[in-house]
Amino acid sequence: MPLHHYRPPPNHGGITSTPQQQVTHQPPAMDVLSQLRHQLADYTNSLHRDGFLDDQFSQLQQLQDESSPDFAMEVVSLFFEDCQKLVTNMARALELQAVDFKQVDSSVHQLKGSSSSVGAARIKNLCVAFKTCCDSQNRDGCMRCLQEVNRECVLLKNKLQTLFRLEQQIISAGGSIPM
Amino acid sequence: MESCNCIEPQLPPDELLSKYQYISDFFIALAYFSIPLELIYFVKKSAVFPYRWVLVQFGAFIVLCGATHLINLWTFTIHSRNVAIVMTTAKILTAVVSCATALMLVHIIPDLLSVKTRELFLKNKAAELDREMGLIRTQEETGRHVRMLTHEIRSTLDRHTILKTTLVELGRTLSLEECALWMPTRTGLELQLAYTLRQQNPVGYTVPIHLPVINQVFSSNRAVKISPNSPVARLRPLAGKYPGEVVAVRVPLLHLSNFQINDWPELSTKRYALMVLMLPSDSARQWHTYELELVEVVADQVAVALSHAAILEESMRARDLLMEQNVALDLARREAETAIRARNDFLAVMNHEMRTPMHAIIALSSLLQETELTPEQRLMVETILKSSNLLATLINDVLDLSRLEDGSLQLDLGSFNLAAVFREVINLIRPIASVKKLLVTLHLAPDLPEYAIGDENRLMQTLLNVVGNAVKFSKEGSISITAFVAKAESLRDPRAPDFFPVPSDNHFYLRVQVKDTGSGINPQDYPKLFTKFAQSQSLATKNSGGSGLGLAICKRFVHLMDGHIWLESEGLGKGCTAIFMVKLGIAECCTESKLPAATKAGMNHARTDFPGLKVIVMDDNGVSRMVTKGLLVHLGCDVTGVSSGDECLRLISQDHHVLFIDVCMHDGYEVARRVHEKLTKRHERPLTVALTANSDKATKDQCRRVGMNGVVLKPVSIDKMRSVLSDLLEHRILL
Repeated sequence: MPLHHYRPPPNHGGITSTPQQQVTHQPPAMDVLSQLRHQLADYTNSLHRDGFLDDQFSQLQQLQDESSPDFAMEVVSLFFEDCQKLVTNMARALELQAVDFKQVDSSVHQLKGSSSSVGAARIKNLCVAFKTCCDSQNRDGCMRCLQEVNRECVLLKNKLQTLFRLEQQIISAGGSIPM
Repeated sequence: MESCNCIEPQLPPDELLSKYQYISDFFIALAYFSIPLELIYFVKKSAVFPYRWVLVQFGAFIVLCGATHLINLWTFTIHSRNVAIVMTTAKILTAVVSCATALMLVHIIPDLLSVKTRELFLKNKAAELDREMGLIRTQEETGRHVRMLTHEIRSTLDRHTILKTTLVELGRTLSLEECALWMPTRTGLELQLAYTLRQQNPVGYTVPIHLPVINQVFSSNRAVKISPNSPVARLRPLAGKYPGEVVAVRVPLLHLSNFQINDWPELSTKRYALMVLMLPSDSARQWHTYELELVEVVADQVAVALSHAAILEESMRARDLLMEQNVALDLARREAETAIRARNDFLAVMNHEMRTPMHAIIALSSLLQETELTPEQRLMVETILKSSNLLATLINDVLDLSRLEDGSLQLDLGSFNLAAVFREVINLIRPIASVKKLLVTLHLAPDLPEYAIGDENRLMQTLLNVVGNAVKFSKEGSISITAFVAKAESLRDPRAPDFFPVPSDNHFYLRVQVKDTGSGINPQDYPKLFTKFAQSQSLATKNSGGSGLGLAICKRFVHLMDGHIWLESEGLGKGCTAIFMVKLGIAECCTESKLPAATKAGMNHARTDFPGLKVIVMDDNGVSRMVTKGLLVHLGCDVTGVSSGDECLRLISQDHHVLFIDVCMHDGYEVARRVHEKLTKRHERPLTVALTANSDKATKDQCRRVGMNGVVLKPVSIDKMRSVLSDLLEHRILL
């Protein structure tokens, strides 16, 4: 079978994986607020594009209003707590000699539900693969998936913290969320 | 001596002679007196006798003669003068009368003679009439015989019986010695002895058909007398010295094709059978005309009866054939049904079985791609991913096509941005096109509506396929895509005479033309283009891959959209234009966009959507519960969250309007059932809605079975929740 030369997808410029990078262009008379807004927009877009978040997260953001201004943040925090708990449980279960795959499966199911409610797309996809490993009772596979999940959780947590920090900056600069 | 008045006889009386004379006179007188008496008596008896007075005359004549002879008796002896006078008077009278009579007879006798002649004439006539009567009676009898024969012949439709009966009846009617039927053989060159009257099993004598005697018989439709020594008549050893006369007649063997629609059967048929009839030998019988006529009539009747029998045989054979074919068709149909069932079962299994590992492969390969890999490894993983994507596409194509063919595929209608579809397709195809250095241009007509109603995915699939083909088959040059609203005149395609697009107010026909400068199409290949799995074998396509299903699927999709698709090409190497037209609905207004960026949330109206609606959300996953609760609160509901079935049952009451249950929980359905049991009055019972991550039929069936009012797929968007609630409250059902 011929091996096709791999071409990475064209980079449309803008923000890639590191969250601290500034916006490339900076018109001189730009308002700080607009700048921050741009930054937030770009960042959010990049998160969506890279698959960290999906539509559901936007839904969550839409649910924020005057009476619950921090709704998204609260949900996300709850999610990460949940995630941590589940990961710990699963790690403990997988360390046993006789692994109780049913338990692991139910934890994965929980995680899948939570991540889909929050809009954590990557984690949700990981859970799909994780579930396959559980079904095939593949301990090594599960371990690997678990590590992946853990890594993703940490990654996502960082990114969302950045997102929320940006939002806070906008609010303190006098703007309002959502834009 | 004195003279006395006595008269003496002339002669001396001789005693003996006188005595005899005396006696004779007496008798004569007696006779003469009795004859008129007899005459009178008999004439009186007969009424018809024209000459009465002649008889009277005769009577008078005879009486007088008698009187004369009587008186003569007295003259034998001496008699007185008076006697002599009387005698004289009598004689004179007699003379007078007899002369008168003689004179009369001259007139009468010719008359009498002519009466006699007439009588003779009448007798002759009577004899003639008798003869004719005899003739008529014979003919009538012949006719009766013919009718009877015909009846016998026509009363059966079996060929052998017909012929046998003919011979038997003819033999009986005409008292024949032998009767034989010669049939032409299959080759038509010989006549074979088929039936005889007396011989039970005729051995297969054959005579050649071109004998002069046979030709003579065949050339006329009358019965022909032939010589007893001719080969067709020499059937058995001569019984007597003088063989009886033989007659032969032709019997036409008619076929169905002889009967034209409006004509009588034309006797242009060349096939005849020969019927030979032999009178008994040593009899003086001859063939009479009426017998010959009888034979001719019978021959004709036999011909008709035979043709009827042949027709019946034909139709019975045809009917048997039809029955056989019916049985065969039935079997074929059942086999086809079995095959279709087997195929459907196979597809149903493959649908699931093939997709699951495919997804696993694709998912895991994608995951693998995200990890740290050496460039070589990355290459390999890319290949795996590409191949598995191709395979997944192929599987989907095949399964789609079967569903398309079953007619079970339905379009998912929705509102979408038309231009976005084109742009997306261009984006997808641009990498490949740029590798091949093909220029891709898109031209959208300005009067194209921004939003349309239709099946976005399938339209994109079709467009992608068509454009993909254009790219695939072009080695260089450009691909141009144009899209516009088709006007009424341009709606008809000369290649599709039965495509009658009818534009209406709510719909428009989108016409898309994809023109490439590639290898073109051979006109001979055109019919196969849209056929499944058929690909042209030209060199240019050897490396292109693909399964040959693409255009077939496109065609199906386009037809589902009430449209038409066709290709035009001027020939090999001259490029090709793919054109398709589909019917789309005109969207009244633009609907929700799917941009990932946060849209302006309607802060003002959201909270007043469903004010005061009391809702319970049952979900054991804290995060999901919080999200759902937040969603409902956003819409203005009064929400209580519970995490277990028991808690739910404790809290639920008639005041609550809606209950959302995550049916992935182990007691989800149970709770729904218990809620329905607890609050039985329908109009006061809260509506139950299932929240689930999978929307397959089994879940829906289960929900329906426990009496839930709706099923909603997680994760739920705001608009979805809003529409769910409004549907629910309006119709009380969502399934």
